[in-house]
Amino acid sequence: MNMIQAINSALDVVMARDADVMVMGEDVGYFGGVFRATAGLQAKYGKTRVFDTPITEIGIIGVAIGMGAYGLRPVPEIQFADYIYPALDQLVSEAARLRYRSAGDFTAPITVRSPYGGGIFGGQTHSQSPEGIFTHVSGIKTVIPATPYDAKGLLIAAIEDNDPVLFLEPKRIYNGPFNGHWDKPAENWSKHPGGSVPTGYYKVPLGKAAIVRPGEALTILCYGTMVHVCERVVADTGVDAEIVDLRTLVPLDIETIEASVKKTGRCMIVHEATRTSGFGAELSALVQERCFYHLEAPIERVTGFDTPYPHSLEWAYFPGPVRIGEALKKIMKDA
Amino acid sequence: MQPLSLHVPEPKFRPGDTVDFAAVDVPPAGAQRRPDTAEEARAFTDLAYTLVRVLDEEGRAVGPWDPKLSPDALRRMLRNMVRLRAFDERMFRAQRQGKTSFYMKATGEEAVAVAAAQALDRDDMCFPSYRQQGLLIARDYPLVEMMNQIYSNRGDKLGGKQLPIMYSAKEYGFFSISGNLTTQYPQAVGWAMASAAKGDTRIAAAWCGEGSTAEGDFHSACTFAAVYRAPVIFNVVNNQWAISSFSGFAGAEATTFAARAIGYGIAGLRVDGNDALAVYAATQWAAERARTNQGATLIEHFTYRAEGHSTSDDPSQYRSAGEATAWPLGDPIQRLKQHLIVIGEWDEERHAAQDREIAEDVRATQKEAEKNGILGHGLHQPLDSLFDGVFEEMPWHLREQRQMMMDEEEASGRPWARK
Repeated sequence: MNMIQAINSALDVVMARDADVMVMGEDVGYFGGVFRATAGLQAKYGKTRVFDTPITEIGIIGVAIGMGAYGLRPVPEIQFADYIYPALDQLVSEAARLRYRSAGDFTAPITVRSPYGGGIFGGQTHSQSPEGIFTHVSGIKTVIPATPYDAKGLLIAAIEDNDPVLFLEPKRIYNGPFNGHWDKPAENWSKHPGGSVPTGYYKVPLGKAAIVRPGEALTILCYGTMVHVCERVVADTGVDAEIVDLRTLVPLDIETIEASVKKTGRCMIVHEATRTSGFGAELSALVQERCFYHLEAPIERVTGFDTPYPHSLEWAYFPGPVRIGEALKKIMKDA
Repeated sequence: MQPLSLHVPEPKFRPGDTVDFAAVDVPPAGAQRRPDTAEEARAFTDLAYTLVRVLDEEGRAVGPWDPKLSPDALRRMLRNMVRLRAFDERMFRAQRQGKTSFYMKATGEEAVAVAAAQALDRDDMCFPSYRQQGLLIARDYPLVEMMNQIYSNRGDKLGGKQLPIMYSAKEYGFFSISGNLTTQYPQAVGWAMASAAKGDTRIAAAWCGEGSTAEGDFHSACTFAAVYRAPVIFNVVNNQWAISSFSGFAGAEATTFAARAIGYGIAGLRVDGNDALAVYAATQWAAERARTNQGATLIEHFTYRAEGHSTSDDPSQYRSAGEATAWPLGDPIQRLKQHLIVIGEWDEERHAAQDREIAEDVRATQKEAEKNGILGHGLHQPLDSLFDGVFEEMPWHLREQRQMMMDEEEASGRPWARK
């Protein structure tokens, strides 16, 4: 399966198991979603469980919270993560705090799916990576898969989780594991082990990272599309890096991170999102606090620049093989 | 060409001005038609621009909206309105005495919540703003629990985590109150949609002030409610004031709030919010409409916020002190009391006796609540409970921070209770 099919399969599997799971969002119903992630679900489960909504992100999330308070398990979609901002108040002030402020009287077991990230010539409002805005919010979990296998297992786990989850889907790798070489032919998931997806029910636990490449020379912390870009750079340079796909940003798998950095003594953090106050800053601080005496070089951050996401200058902005390669050289200089 | 000019609304009266509400259009009671609930929303346009009124100047119930309640039901309504006012006065005073940090009264708006609660079924879910404590009182939520919450004491069911008056009572059909205005509107629609999707028979009702209708959530909620014919009642409590801003800043100079419903394809009613029978009748009508799958109704309750916005507000700084007494729709408690007297089911002596009995009950309840502590008298909740309920299960980073806090506490030797 590709990642779209895996997400579609996850929704299908949980909807068949739990009549309280509802799918809602702009164009998700009859049409099956602008990325086809919800294709066929309305025909199978009916219009009261899979339905199109008005174009109002406040409404989509607010209504989902109300449905959650009733006892349902809504899976609202925000068409692009760049358009999640109108719903920020409902997510930050309501979904994330409902359990805390009502002492468990009411909860918001919702899973907000949203395509995010760049590399598709999406320009300013079809490329953003807003995860750092949400990891800063107490009470919401943030999950980002990097393979179809993880996408399905994590999405099922997210939907069954009783806390609100933001499930960000790296749309650049919906169809194949993009390695950063935009000028080379695209690959598809059929040749990647992560493209092998069981048709039935399984879960990938939230809060657990995956070591996608064991290594001794340094630790690379990454997620989403950047996992594949990092894998390619590491393969091309021959550096024996340990690549950790975080998969869940909150709650973070600190044990895996700590063990890896203490072993390698070096840490590089890679994300597409802008640099300042991005999630990489939190990762860097945690590694510094917990692994300081094991560090043999300063922690490196390879990120998007602190600019809006550009259109024609996309490959100058995107943290691709060149930028990651330079950072690798720098961090390994005295090794 | 003439230069353009910017219109900035200005209320009619400011501090020191003599108040004259002659310009407020108050149609006679009983003059408004009561249409079939199955009619299309657009048929109610006239009702969105008038005032549905039942109680006339003499206190008689007149016209097609008279809900013809039994004397017992009327007395219960009156009693709960009196309890609400007594509770408000007691808690306002408690704040002034430093027993809690904050309070908000609903003086003059007692009918809006109490009469509505009586017209709804007990298991309909209410999504209130912060000025509908009357819903809890009308549903016989224990006053002592409300006080415990206001005092953030060891009896507080919300564990001291919420600002006073931000109650939550699921078992009483009262949704957790948020400080963020109008967020409850789309949530109420979602709850109602869920009920409809599940083939349930329960409906939802939401409340916000007229000032809060300017929030984007209001628009989203109305759109969603109309699109899916959600079984929800939107209540807009137009009490003329949003803190210091008069209703003109929410658009009241140009239209009514009930009229906003028409553009969405929702039924709109504008009622005399100080007429408990009109509030009851409108709610009953809207509930019937919702329960028969005819969709949402927006009810504008035309009323007046007789006191300050909150204990942190001084209304004498921005409006005339004469407004509350000059308000042409009077006082909701006085009007219902007058009605009961006119029909021979009540008298001044019984009313005075009830006032005394309720005041005594509220005072005794306050003493009971204060046995659980008041704000500022030590720490009432276990220190480590601060981290409970952020998530269903506590992740490592919160466990670490909790340990850090407990270690700090231990090291400082502070006398806070550690349980």
